[in-house]
Amino acid sequence: MRFVANIILLLVLLVGCPAWAQSDSLMSQTAVVEQTIDSSDQSEELDVKSVVLGHIGDSYEWHICTVGDKHITVPLPVIVRGEDGKWHCFSSSKLHHGHASYEGFSIAEEGEYAGKIVEQTADGEQIRPIDLSITKTVAGLFVNCAVLLLIVLGVARRYRNDKVDTKAKGGFAGVLEMVIESVMDGIIIPCVGPNYRKFAPYLLTAFFFIFVNNLMGLIPIFPAGANVTGNIAVTFVLAMATFLAVNLFGTKDYWKEIFWPEVPTWLKVPIPIMPAIEFIGLFTKPFSLMIRLFANILAGHAIILILTCIVFATAKMGAAVNGAMSAVSVILSIFMNCLELLVAFLQAFVFTMLSAVFIGAAQHTEEHAEDHSAQHSVAHSAEHSPEHELKQETKQIEK
Amino acid sequence: MGLLQPELGLIFWTSLAFGVVLFLLCKFGFPVILRSVEERRNFIDSSIEAAHEAEERLERVTLDSAAIVEKAEAERQQILRSASEERDRIVGDARMKASEEAQRIVAEARAQANEEREQIIREGRQQVVALAVTISERLLRGELQQKESQIVLADRLLDEINKASQAKPQNNEA
Repeated sequence: MRFVANIILLLVLLVGCPAWAQSDSLMSQTAVVEQTIDSSDQSEELDVKSVVLGHIGDSYEWHICTVGDKHITVPLPVIVRGEDGKWHCFSSSKLHHGHASYEGFSIAEEGEYAGKIVEQTADGEQIRPIDLSITKTVAGLFVNCAVLLLIVLGVARRYRNDKVDTKAKGGFAGVLEMVIESVMDGIIIPCVGPNYRKFAPYLLTAFFFIFVNNLMGLIPIFPAGANVTGNIAVTFVLAMATFLAVNLFGTKDYWKEIFWPEVPTWLKVPIPIMPAIEFIGLFTKPFSLMIRLFANILAGHAIILILTCIVFATAKMGAAVNGAMSAVSVILSIFMNCLELLVAFLQAFVFTMLSAVFIGAAQHTEEHAEDHSAQHSVAHSAEHSPEHELKQETKQIEK
Repeated sequence: MGLLQPELGLIFWTSLAFGVVLFLLCKFGFPVILRSVEERRNFIDSSIEAAHEAEERLERVTLDSAAIVEKAEAERQQILRSASEERDRIVGDARMKASEEAQRIVAEARAQANEEREQIIREGRQQVVALAVTISERLLRGELQQKESQIVLADRLLDEINKASQAKPQNNEA
């Protein structure tokens, strides 16, 4: 019962947060409070698109909220390598939200590199330096990684001195153990096959990494709330990790399947149609992993932000309309947050499952041929539905 | 299009962060938990197996003891039966022996009695004979007071003895 109560509490907290965070103005953060000079655009129409893109995109500072004219932001370190070959490292507060330049670096307001740091060269050109700044996404990623490490290593510490006959853990360790077990028994062991021990830590790490990042992305209060798994660079690295895990540990049979698959010979020589398709398949698999996770999380964030924007977009339509629309907005936000909780788990699950299936397929040897065919069908059925999902998501984004 | 363009810096930091997390969790995180859980699972499995085995053994022991009890019971019955048979036999034997003995004793007693009776009869005869002799002596003594009568008697006696000795062989021949 306590466990159920905890879950309900968690849900209430997560769901209740966005509305609350919008109205809450007093946040005790170690933030730099700055007075903005120009507040001329106060009466302008709310630009929903820029608000949404601003929230789901990356930035060089972590904007928490705006109270009146004051932007409460956490400045983050900018690390760039200039044209002169030297590394420059300074706080993003030096750039004054893109209104100033520092050491020749400024944030481009428009053009190809809009929103990114550019360097003004001597001949007046703007070039993009090598940019390893700790941006909002990176900072969020670090926070989330710390949370993940804290959770898993903290729980693992309790297991370290276990004897064979130690009783099962209760409380949080029990919950985590349950999740680990369900991932092991539900995904890793059936999908990877007999070699699962070798890949279990990676797949579990991938699962919890994505899951924690997804959940943290749903919490709108600093230091959570950064759109980490909805950033294509992050999903690219995750997909890359799976790509490496699949291909570095692939068996001889796996490579033979790619370059000399068991199809009629005219499909292989003189024009290697099937090998080409299989070879392209090597890259489309992780690519689909990358796009799927990215698009799902991005769309979820965008929808919640748009729903929240309804409150402000209708502010000028009178108290009655605004009140009604605010109610609609809150209700829909609650619904979307619940849905996103599900998606947060589901995407972590799907990513892990597909990774496990790809790894399992690459572990394929002649003895396990039957397993392989079964896995393949699973992979295919799993492939189709997310593709469909993706189309829907992109439609939603377009709307 | 900005959203779909992976940033180099972000890729770098993500790779680093994910790499570190992966290393730490693969080294100190999940294997520890998985090992512990697996050990516990094996322990539980083996415990259940042991419990099953113990139960089975107990059942077997119960069956065995029941069989032993049954066997003992049967043995007891058999012993009792054989004992009673033995008893009957012994009693029968004893009875037979006793009756034989009794018969023998009775026969002996009868024989002895016969003998004694004969002896008594014989003694009786002898006494009767002695009495008769004495009486006859008394009678004779009285008669022999007179000389002639003595002579007469002596003659008669001699006659008689003669007759008797003559008569005896005749009797024997007869």
